[in-house]
Amino acid sequence: MTSQEWKFTSKDIAAKPDLFMSGHRACAGCVPATVMRLVMKATRGPTIVTEATGCMEVVSSIYPYTSWATPWLHTAFETAAANASGIEAALKIMKKKGKVKQDKVDVIAIAGDGGTYDIGIQALSGAVERGHDFLFVLYDNEAYMNTGIQRSGGTPHGASTTTTPAGTAVPGKLEYKKPIADIMVAHDMPYVATASPYYWRDLLTKVRKGLEVEGPAFLHVLAPCPRGWRSDPAKSMEYSKLAVETCVFPLWESVNGQCQLSVPSRLIALAPQKKKPVADYLRGQGRFRHMFGPQGKKLLEEMQLIADEKWQRILKKCGMEKQP
Amino acid sequence: MKSLVKQEKTAMSGDEAVAFAVKQSDVDVVAAYPITPQTIIVEKFSEYVANGEVQTEFVCTESEHSALAASLAASATGARAFTATASAGLALMHEMLFVTSGCRSPVVMAVANRALSAPLNIHGDHSDSIAQRDSGWIQLYVENAQEAYDSVIQAFRIAEDFGVMLPVMVGLDGFTLSHTLENVETLPDDVTKEFVGSRLLPNILTHEGKTVPFKLDPDNPMTMGPIALQNYYFEFKRQQDEAMKNALAVIQNINDEYAEVSGRKYGNGLVEVYQLEDAEVAVVCMGSTAGTMKNIVDELRQEGVKAGLLRLRTFRPLPVEEIRKALENVKAVAVLDKSLSFGGNGGAVFHEVRHVLYDAKAKPYVVNYVYGLGGRDASPTELRGIYNDLLQILEKGVENPIQYLGLRE
Repeated sequence: MTSQEWKFTSKDIAAKPDLFMSGHRACAGCVPATVMRLVMKATRGPTIVTEATGCMEVVSSIYPYTSWATPWLHTAFETAAANASGIEAALKIMKKKGKVKQDKVDVIAIAGDGGTYDIGIQALSGAVERGHDFLFVLYDNEAYMNTGIQRSGGTPHGASTTTTPAGTAVPGKLEYKKPIADIMVAHDMPYVATASPYYWRDLLTKVRKGLEVEGPAFLHVLAPCPRGWRSDPAKSMEYSKLAVETCVFPLWESVNGQCQLSVPSRLIALAPQKKKPVADYLRGQGRFRHMFGPQGKKLLEEMQLIADEKWQRILKKCGMEKQP
Repeated sequence: MKSLVKQEKTAMSGDEAVAFAVKQSDVDVVAAYPITPQTIIVEKFSEYVANGEVQTEFVCTESEHSALAASLAASATGARAFTATASAGLALMHEMLFVTSGCRSPVVMAVANRALSAPLNIHGDHSDSIAQRDSGWIQLYVENAQEAYDSVIQAFRIAEDFGVMLPVMVGLDGFTLSHTLENVETLPDDVTKEFVGSRLLPNILTHEGKTVPFKLDPDNPMTMGPIALQNYYFEFKRQQDEAMKNALAVIQNINDEYAEVSGRKYGNGLVEVYQLEDAEVAVVCMGSTAGTMKNIVDELRQEGVKAGLLRLRTFRPLPVEEIRKALENVKAVAVLDKSLSFGGNGGAVFHEVRHVLYDAKAKPYVVNYVYGLGGRDASPTELRGIYNDLLQILEKGVENPIQYLGLRE
């Protein structure tokens, strides 16, 4: 079934056996683990997964146990896309030589923000430039959570991490979040999208589209981490929702360079009064706590400005910019 | 020894010989990144691809790190994978070398041995691969272009042997071998193909009691490259060491088997013993230097000097027994190192040969010559001087155990 035919109803989802199974060792309230499960729910057939070193790799593969009911390979931190290249190349030639019996085997590479924005970007850029047919899923929990909450290129401005602690002289991370999905769009690749697991149907459809596309696809999923965000584990999904509602993390997809807003964000674009203030998203997250103290007002205003500017940029890109 | 088949004699550089061997070996995936002096391998192979002469997926990666990651992943998928590099490229692969051997992926790699920066130097020495001696790869060092061709073919068999399942590095001296034309005899395509065979996969037992091929297969999902902590990691590593030991016999058998087909053999596959039976003085070396050394030994023998040579063809696994047997009755041994272990009291080959001889009945004098770094030429006259030094040592004992050949002090 294609993404158009399969509607991803709750019933469909429940009926499909998990390829990412329970028993893994993720923390309470871990959204990356939910993302793994959802991504694997959207697969369309035989699938090989390769994963970068990171939270989801370590929680799911502690020998002699595994959470993966699909072939799965981990080699190193920076190699998810390079591994996908090798797997895809092997499948292609072995199919020709009659050594692979399946008609089609999909390849999914998975990495966190470290394995994507930072140490893995070279391999990712190279694999996309070479045009391998694979889907790269970035689960972005916005810092090096596996090693203890150090900042990454995906950490937002102002966030307090263990390498950018909010102190009396420096208010958290000074630099800005790297626009990774835009960077991928600039590779002229066939499919790029952002997703939030709160909007699970949107996420599933995007995974399926990414698999269906010929050539490389990139999916950027925001994945709250209660340990690293210093937030209530019970509220992880709420933050997944608020990130979209405040336009901190708008949902969009780019098909062959044509960018369009996905439904949850499009509804906000059509009815701007629905756009919530950024403070609603930041409040309650311990990594932004310093923004709610007496010195925080200016920083909080800056955060709103950053989100607004980003939102305007995306509206323009999607042709939904308000005419003055 | 006579070959059973008619072979073609072609002028080839060492790099071309490697590419030709890969072409004939039914390789599924080649993932590589160009670096001097390995470039000819990649270029030549690209020509084969461009002209439809091979059924191989060629992945021109953006770095050596990715080249090996892709090779390893292809191998894990069940493909036969090959890569090639040199110097900085091998250094960049360092992390992945351990992952490849740890994943028991039988990737074959040619290394056109070259010096490491800084200062930048593109010429031949063994610094690059010697620095990777503990990475879990089998290491073969060849003497000439012919052996480069023969060894790459053999390497697939060695790597993929079920008792081994380890990656193999075939080292050929940068420029001296990689870029120098020699007469190379090549086997007919079908003969090589038959010798190498298609890649076979060992079966493994799953937790459900099923027997399945060791590869990433949607029909038999397998988790590869997991995290193993204090309770299991050590056992994995011990198994790798066992596989290395198994390789000692496999390398010899394949050397013999190949000899039957091609008429060519390289000692017993592990070491090549040259005029050592009654030798009083001997040199131990690896790579192309052995060719020059054999001529020198011949000259010395004609002059009545009991000189011999031991060429280490296999450096990993270290052929401990063969080295001891070959050298224990020699009175003075000079070990040549084309790399330097800074502050390590001599080079790596010296350390290891001397370590083996500690258990010899009659301990010979063992001295070290570091030579040829950054492609510095070692002339026959200089190399011959080593034997003169050894004869001196027989009379006066060792004055300075570590010497540098052809160096301005």
